[in-house]
Amino acid sequence: MKFIVAIIKPFKLDEVRDALGALGVAGMTVTEVKGFGRQKGQTEIYRGAEYSTNMLPKVKIEIAASDELAPRVVETIQQAASTDTIGDGKVFVLDLGSATRIRTGETGDTAL
Amino acid sequence: MIRKMLSAAGALGGTLGLAGTAFAQAAAAASSAAPAAAASAAPAAAATPALIDLAKLAPAAQAVAQAGMMNKGDNAWMLVSSALVLMMSVPALALFYGGLVRTKNMLSVLMQVFMIISIGSLVWCFWGYSMAFTSNSIPALAPFVGGLSKAFLMNTSATTVAATFSNNVYIPEYTYIIFQMTFAIITPALIVGSLADRVKFWPLMLFMVLWMTLVYFPVAHMVWYWAGPDFYAASKGTDGGYMFNKGALDFAGGTVVHINAGIAGLVGCLFLGKRVGYGKEPMPPHSLTMTMIGASLLWVGWFGFNAGSNLEANGGASLAFFNTFVATAAAALSWALCDQFVHGKPSMLGAASGAVAGLVAVTPASGYAGPMGSIVLGLLVSPLCFLFVTKVKAKFNYDDALDVFGVHCIGGIFGALATGVLDSPKLGGAGFMDYTVFPAVAGKYDMGAQMITQLTGVAITLLWSGIVSAILYYLVDKLFGLRPSADVEREGLDINEHGERAYNY
Repeated sequence: MKFIVAIIKPFKLDEVRDALGALGVAGMTVTEVKGFGRQKGQTEIYRGAEYSTNMLPKVKIEIAASDELAPRVVETIQQAASTDTIGDGKVFVLDLGSATRIRTGETGDTAL
Repeated sequence: MIRKMLSAAGALGGTLGLAGTAFAQAAAAASSAAPAAAASAAPAAAATPALIDLAKLAPAAQAVAQAGMMNKGDNAWMLVSSALVLMMSVPALALFYGGLVRTKNMLSVLMQVFMIISIGSLVWCFWGYSMAFTSNSIPALAPFVGGLSKAFLMNTSATTVAATFSNNVYIPEYTYIIFQMTFAIITPALIVGSLADRVKFWPLMLFMVLWMTLVYFPVAHMVWYWAGPDFYAASKGTDGGYMFNKGALDFAGGTVVHINAGIAGLVGCLFLGKRVGYGKEPMPPHSLTMTMIGASLLWVGWFGFNAGSNLEANGGASLAFFNTFVATAAAALSWALCDQFVHGKPSMLGAASGAVAGLVAVTPASGYAGPMGSIVLGLLVSPLCFLFVTKVKAKFNYDDALDVFGVHCIGGIFGALATGVLDSPKLGGAGFMDYTVFPAVAGKYDMGAQMITQLTGVAITLLWSGIVSAILYYLVDKLFGLRPSADVEREGLDINEHGERAYNY
């Protein structure tokens, strides 16, 4: 099993969700986050007081997937979240030790 | 009811002279008017205007006489105006300021404004109205502050009357007290913008009570108090406040409200010092949506403030309403253009700030300038205030948190001086009425002399409010401490001073 963490542009969330749904991904966790990478921040000006924000709002998606599905999940996120500009985000894949469905106690791939 | 009246009410020396309703029509026809020796009861016979000593009439006749000099339309307009001006404090000013502070201090600003107007209203009834709007039996003090003859609203009732700007036109005194109360309470509330994020609640309330008493009431008395058009002539132009007697023009409170509060704000932010983290950490407004709502409600409420200051629902009120509308529009535009040229983008905060600057600037001019003059006034005030809040504040490095000085004081000074120019009939202004003769006539406008008078008014207000405010800040700080600890300030005033948070998601 793999644990996939993707940081994407917030407005791409719906497209990514739809594409993953079509792929058969049954669930995900989404968090609003801030961070920075290569993309430069923005400058806000309030009555002449300038604040440069170097942390930009992004959305973090977390998905647990079987070993077979994981490469296609990564590929789908990459395609659906791309705008072909800096700041599109990144996808990380981690090995997942175990998964348990709380309601039934099922473990492993069947719990996903 | 037609407006009439004539003749020497002043000659009666203090008694209320008025033409009874019954012969109002006839009196109007004969408005050249000699004082009538005897009032004829027969309307047809009343070829000369009648003068009646109200106090000597039977109650029923008094009622008839009063109905003749009071107009239900005037009273209705003044009550509506009073409600509009209250709306300028809550919620308008509270939201305008509240949106500009950080989330952790939102409630502190709302609460400060809310309680200043609550406490201030009581102070107004207890001694404020009397100190501002009565004559003083001590001659040396009379030009500067009123007496206590109407303290705790003594000698006022639902049947006593207050003068307007027209001979023999009155409104109920209660209406006048209420209307002026709304001014007396919004002025101290304006000051909190300078002190935002870093002031203790109860000491601030004490400061505001003292400030109203020693700054607002005397300044309001100096600029606005007078005996009214029917009696001012009899006093030979002396029964008025110091600046009023000099002929200072301040229609709705450029000096009394905005310069007064603005300079007190500047002194306050210098006294308190900068906020923890000022210039090092970002302090962006937490909700410009609130600020926009507040600025918009201020714009609407200001119609009561300015057009209501006409005290009568006539063409003068329409003029003030019109000026208030267009000066604000022009100022919002010119601030947005300043933003565009200097920062590359027109900002919502800029437009809202410009609107307020325009409202402030047109306040003293609203009843005197013409609409086109007001548009020019609006276009010019925003670049000036923009310069102060973006450049001058940074250059001199003072932390006027919400720019009370940069917008209200500077805009107020500009408006007060511009009033001296725009009032000129040659520039479409209304000129002024000379009340030292009875009945009042249009005065001869001398722009040079008027500008000197306006400058004097500005200077006196700056000095009086600046110096007395400094003493009061010092006093309250020594007694109770004005500034919370740095830890409290970092964590926020809401949770520490009020035990609440503005937002529980």
